[in-house]
Amino acid sequence: MTKKIKNLNLNFGPQHPAAHGVLRLILELDGEVVEKADPHIGLLHRGTEKLIENKTYMQAVPYFDRLDYVAPMNQEHAFALAIEKILDIDVPIRAQYIRVMFCEIGRILSHILNVTTQALDVGALTPSLWGFEERETLMTFYERASGSRLHANYFRAGGVHQDLPAGLENDIAKFCETFPKIINDLENLLTDNRIFKQRNVDIGVVTKDDALDYSFSGVMIRGSGIPWDLRKSQPYDCYDQLEFKIPVGKNGDCYDRYLCRIEEMKESVSIIKQCLARMEKGPIKTFDGKISPPSKAEIKQSMEALIHHFKLFTEGYRVPKDEIYTAVEAPKGEFGVYLISDGSSKPYKCKIRAPGFSHLQSMDYLIKGHMLADVPAVLGSLDIVFGEVDR
Amino acid sequence: MNNLIDLEKKINSELTTKINKTTIKHNQIYVEIDKDDLIDVVLFIKTNKDTKFRQLIDITVVDYPEETQRFKIVYLFLSHEFNHRMILSYSINENELISSLTSVFPSANWMEREVFDMYGVNFKNHPDLRRILTDYGFEGHPLRKDFPLTGHSEVRYSEEKKKVINEPVKLEQNYRNFDYESPWEGTKYIKEISETNDKKN
Repeated sequence: MTKKIKNLNLNFGPQHPAAHGVLRLILELDGEVVEKADPHIGLLHRGTEKLIENKTYMQAVPYFDRLDYVAPMNQEHAFALAIEKILDIDVPIRAQYIRVMFCEIGRILSHILNVTTQALDVGALTPSLWGFEERETLMTFYERASGSRLHANYFRAGGVHQDLPAGLENDIAKFCETFPKIINDLENLLTDNRIFKQRNVDIGVVTKDDALDYSFSGVMIRGSGIPWDLRKSQPYDCYDQLEFKIPVGKNGDCYDRYLCRIEEMKESVSIIKQCLARMEKGPIKTFDGKISPPSKAEIKQSMEALIHHFKLFTEGYRVPKDEIYTAVEAPKGEFGVYLISDGSSKPYKCKIRAPGFSHLQSMDYLIKGHMLADVPAVLGSLDIVFGEVDR
Repeated sequence: MNNLIDLEKKINSELTTKINKTTIKHNQIYVEIDKDDLIDVVLFIKTNKDTKFRQLIDITVVDYPEETQRFKIVYLFLSHEFNHRMILSYSINENELISSLTSVFPSANWMEREVFDMYGVNFKNHPDLRRILTDYGFEGHPLRKDFPLTGHSEVRYSEEKKKVINEPVKLEQNYRNFDYESPWEGTKYIKEISETNDKKN
């Protein structure tokens, strides 16, 4: 007597809490072992690149907040840097510190979300409750600087939109004192936790060569032991004046990636402290009236300022014909903007390189041969946010 | 190859006939090649010990509808070892087939699917060329310059049919694209912030 055995096809998502957004994953299972994974993405596709082609440079900034919406300002940074390089303008030092500081706040925001939800996926509820309280505090800082908790729209080519309100620097400094304790609490819950280790150690191992071949970046490549961080290797803004370490993993498994993220949060706190210590009063955007809008007081007094204001908010500034790729080290990896300008006030083409896109692509390679229950653990450690994967 | 000028020389001397043009700007090297040499050039820059562009960062297309060679295909590479970035490009006509890079870089798979989805450029030897970002059953290629910003169809839930349906886009008001660009060039100098304004008044 012969028995016919057929592999089971399982549809994971698009509405599944462990899918971290709208991911539809088609899994082919042999018993409980995953044979093949085929991620279907694009359920959150909004046509960001097309929209940017139809907006002026200044109007395009908010679209970057909506990519990786857990660390909005890091994306704006890449776009601002791209325009600055083409226009060849200098950013005042205070603005550089403000931008770097908020990028590091973004990194903490993103890493808290990732570390705690990864723990949630493998069964630990408490870390997310503790972590989200801190995220709330950080988002208040975002709100006080930019006016909104998530979609900041704060960075501009040539600086930032407005100076920090009074008292914000002190509050961020206070946060830097209390936050390391929270990281320790999270570590106490997770790092040596038996269940957490059983679920993550030796799961989703990435070798050095594969990390390169699959276009990994950020924690995904550092977890596999390649010391590569754009903040160090291709420093932008004032990162070259700051001291920080790059945590690197050994085994390239989910657990090492978790450890890297925890260490990176500690480094981020130290970077924020350094920024606060070095920040001095001064201008926060370039003086070039052709690029940055004049202050309200100036508009009342100067005809030229009024004209600049009118032209900037109707036509926008023009960017000379050029082609450039700029990348920043976003919390999830290398976030890049490939910008083609044609001399008008709108980008001719703006390709967004999202780290999550290449990471998710490797899902099939990572999960092959693992158990079904490992799918959420691997997905969690990839740090996927669909805003940027689908664009 | 620790600096870009040496790298440029190296590439030009090793791949003489295959390189059309090289430029260095913004600390990156821009290389133009012919469509048919793609795989050779990429294999060379990936494996040669002096270049080591081990990572494919992205693949994208720029659409120039007025030109005869409508699409410019762009590949971005990164060399971790020497900390260099390369932008490799070539132009093709609208219906030309191009070779897939999936055999050299597995990560090219989704990037090429995206290019296919967004621009309708076809790849040969691609293992799985399906649409990736747009909806199931979508028609057209959204990032082409001749594709309207509002799209062709919209989706809504129909109360009568009790299901989600696709219908042609109906807008109360069309997307308005104002032409703000004036021929006025204005001044070239940068105005100093003057603290004397108060005294004048």
